[in-house]
Amino acid sequence: MSLSVTLRDVSLRYGAEAALTGIDLDLEAGKIYGLLGRNGAGKTSLLSLVAAFRKPSTGRILVGGEPVWENASVVSRVALIREGGDFDDTETVKATIESGSIRPSFDTEYAYKLADRFELPLKKRVSALSRGKRSVLAAVCGLAARADLTMFDEVHLGMDAPTRDAFYKELLAEYLERPHTVVLSTHLIDEVANYLEEVVIVDRGRILQHADIEAFQGMGATLTGPAAAVDALGLDALAEQRLGGTKSITVASALDADTRERAAAAGIEIGPVGLQDLFIHLTDPNRNGA
Amino acid sequence: MFDDGSPIYRQIADQIKAEIMNGSLEPGGKVMSTNQYAAFYQINPATAQKAFRELVDEGVLYKQRGVGMFVAEDARDKLAADFRERFFERVLAPLVREARQAGIPLTDIIDYLKAQEGVLK
Repeated sequence: MSLSVTLRDVSLRYGAEAALTGIDLDLEAGKIYGLLGRNGAGKTSLLSLVAAFRKPSTGRILVGGEPVWENASVVSRVALIREGGDFDDTETVKATIESGSIRPSFDTEYAYKLADRFELPLKKRVSALSRGKRSVLAAVCGLAARADLTMFDEVHLGMDAPTRDAFYKELLAEYLERPHTVVLSTHLIDEVANYLEEVVIVDRGRILQHADIEAFQGMGATLTGPAAAVDALGLDALAEQRLGGTKSITVASALDADTRERAAAAGIEIGPVGLQDLFIHLTDPNRNGA
Repeated sequence: MFDDGSPIYRQIADQIKAEIMNGSLEPGGKVMSTNQYAAFYQINPATAQKAFRELVDEGVLYKQRGVGMFVAEDARDKLAADFRERFFERVLAPLVREARQAGIPLTDIIDYLKAQEGVLK
């Protein structure tokens, strides 16, 4: 059974510093979410609260409709995988995989299959693993946990591109076989965009946006053409560039049919804005009002 | 594979339409499941589902509960009109616009197309 997540007016303070403020968030059971945010935006804090690694300073957090704090029966169905993996460094890879079975849903056979596929050296100690292999071990334990809510917190960071690709493929295969709630925290957005159903952007401790992936993909556009013609459209530009008489602007809203027609007639090229670029513009600290 | 900027579900819907038009999907034939599409294209199954829903709404596919998705008997006729319209909108309209910008008279293009017809026959 997949688990839903509900946060109501949640805040988290580390001493005097506010890590999260006024978070209201609903994640439906059985979907794959992307959690995007710059470094220090509050992604890890948010996930730590949902996994009950930490207690919120204020507010309520429900997982599967139940308060998650000190709730062993719910927490046993939630997996939060952090990049380093939270392992005992003195153990071997094999012992680490075996110890996964303290979780009732852990699939040891699947874990060994993945370990083989990702070429994990079973006899090596965790402390002797490269950063990449350590991330892989974390990902393997996360997938094999077969939890009802699985959250990967930038677990891909140490992996090279082919390994990340294999990890996303395996994640999707596991999801198709056994639908459950997945949260992928990342800033390599374009890489994971196709796997996501919804996207949540966290910025400076608050939820900046939460929408379907399609809404984000249709949210922006770039317009490139003669500078005077681009200016004549009178659009609110997030960013602009000039090269001689040519001007290119990025807008964060969908273009209406009339604007598209006028742009085409004036010889202006309209292009998509990748989710990554949109994210960079939306979380730009120099943007006012954010 | 997905790069023209339109939502992925629309690109998948367009591809299924193209497969119906070129005959690789027959009227009455069964379409792959959402999960098969998701695994093949490496996309979220909800995205594939959106494509299917759109095609069902357009009457191109129909759903048989518990069995799967099938191509409507009249799908090809429905799509033919669509394709014609889109051909003018997406191919010919930009062509006319570019020709105008380059100062190429439309009569030159018409002559060229007529010559092509001779070649194709």
